[in-house]
Amino acid sequence: MIPQVSQLFPGGDNIVALIFQLIFTALFVAFIFYGQRIQMYVMLREVESRLLQLKLMRDEGRKMAIATIKEIGKPNEDPTERVDRFLEYIAITPQSMDPTGIVWKLEHVLDVRDIRFKDEAKLMAPEADEVQLNNLENTLEAALALNIIYKVIRHFYLLGKKTLSLYIIMQLQMVLPLIMREAEAFASALKAFAIGQPIGDGAGALVAAKLMHGHEKRRIAKDIVVATVPLEGRIAHVLKSEGPGGNVGKPGDGIRRIIEETEGKIAAIVMIDAALKLEGEKPGDVAEGVGAAIGGPGIDQFKIEESVLKYKIPVNAVIVKEDIGDAVSPMRKEIFDAADTVIQRIKRLILERTKKGDSIIIAGIGNTIGIGQ
Amino acid sequence: MGEKAEPQMKKISPFSLVMIFITVVLSVFALLLGLATYESQDSAALSYMLIGFIGLAISAYLLLQTKRKPLQVAFEMPRVITTILCQKCGFKNIRDFQRGDYIFKEAEPCPKCNEKMMIASIYREVKEKGEERLG
Repeated sequence: MIPQVSQLFPGGDNIVALIFQLIFTALFVAFIFYGQRIQMYVMLREVESRLLQLKLMRDEGRKMAIATIKEIGKPNEDPTERVDRFLEYIAITPQSMDPTGIVWKLEHVLDVRDIRFKDEAKLMAPEADEVQLNNLENTLEAALALNIIYKVIRHFYLLGKKTLSLYIIMQLQMVLPLIMREAEAFASALKAFAIGQPIGDGAGALVAAKLMHGHEKRRIAKDIVVATVPLEGRIAHVLKSEGPGGNVGKPGDGIRRIIEETEGKIAAIVMIDAALKLEGEKPGDVAEGVGAAIGGPGIDQFKIEESVLKYKIPVNAVIVKEDIGDAVSPMRKEIFDAADTVIQRIKRLILERTKKGDSIIIAGIGNTIGIGQ
Repeated sequence: MGEKAEPQMKKISPFSLVMIFITVVLSVFALLLGLATYESQDSAALSYMLIGFIGLAISAYLLLQTKRKPLQVAFEMPRVITTILCQKCGFKNIRDFQRGDYIFKEAEPCPKCNEKMMIASIYREVKEKGEERLG
């Protein structure tokens, strides 16, 4: 070998050593120039594999929705086309440049959406009763959510692939584990909704149901029932969404109406809801606090806060902790058992914070699927 | 209950298979070369053998990677239990959840006292995988 060249590749005259040195040098140079691209391809492969999983979930959700419609609705025609159209539904949120009155605008949009969904479910499954229709609507919404998740992730995957932008792909790869958890939660919710099993989100509704069971109920707002229950010498107006169909109702309207009916003579409001736990906390743990314990787009929370502010009514919150998967999958035993703990807490709370003969509101918030009253 | 969506097997691309095959052939060749040169006390023998082993390890890893977990969807349904309770005598009937069950639904009469029973609970039991040290 030429001595000058051999100095570049230590190993003497050994031809194999020389070949490996050359390969090593070539790889080193390739990684300098193409390292980022190689890393990007590795990330793209990972995203692609997750995307495939999301596609399977989406397809399975669609199939399950169609099967449920055929089973309970006995439609005259094949519902596939209608379901496919439903899975592409969009709701455009109101313009927020001038935020005054946006709550009512958003409420209107969501009401229209809700009516539209209910009508669609009725058209798809003409033989289904009210409870089954509510469950079917929930099933379709879960399938819709899976479809949206899949399409958004696919959009960014294809965009990243097309533009070869490391930053789009990197962000996608980093956020995907959290999105997969959410998608898996919706996937497990699908079956629970389809057959009407109580879900973790119904913890609040379960507490209210246990308190109002055996007492006379009346409808006070859209899909909301209330019962007047004597509790520890107080008059408790216990409300929840009307079950056992999948329903959250409008608890904000319910609470507001009770406050108006009693002319603001409410000593305290106790709201019970399921809340997302932090990692490391146990599902079914109960925590107390103040404020309106209610999720969703914020309309009901806004209404409740407006009403209590007018009469300066203290609002107490009791939450049952669970993760996103537990919230939409069949209710865990720990969460079911937490209902009794919550009732004890409510009793203690009203004994400490109110006087004998006072009127109070106890609102069980959440999806009441599989829970009667 | 206990339903599971059909898992889809990951397809192995012919390109990957060819690459793995080439790696295996080259590794075996390097190993044989290493053994042959070892007897002649050549200093390169150990390098050959090392390369051969590394090559075999890489091809085994690649093969395992391509055959790794089939794509599965999280549609595994847990067992959900319905408890029917007689309010009068406390008789309990525990069974699997059936479509149409809901909490506080009136159920069949009690076999002991003939009083109407009621669905008292519907839940699933989850077995935790292990105690968390930082819990």
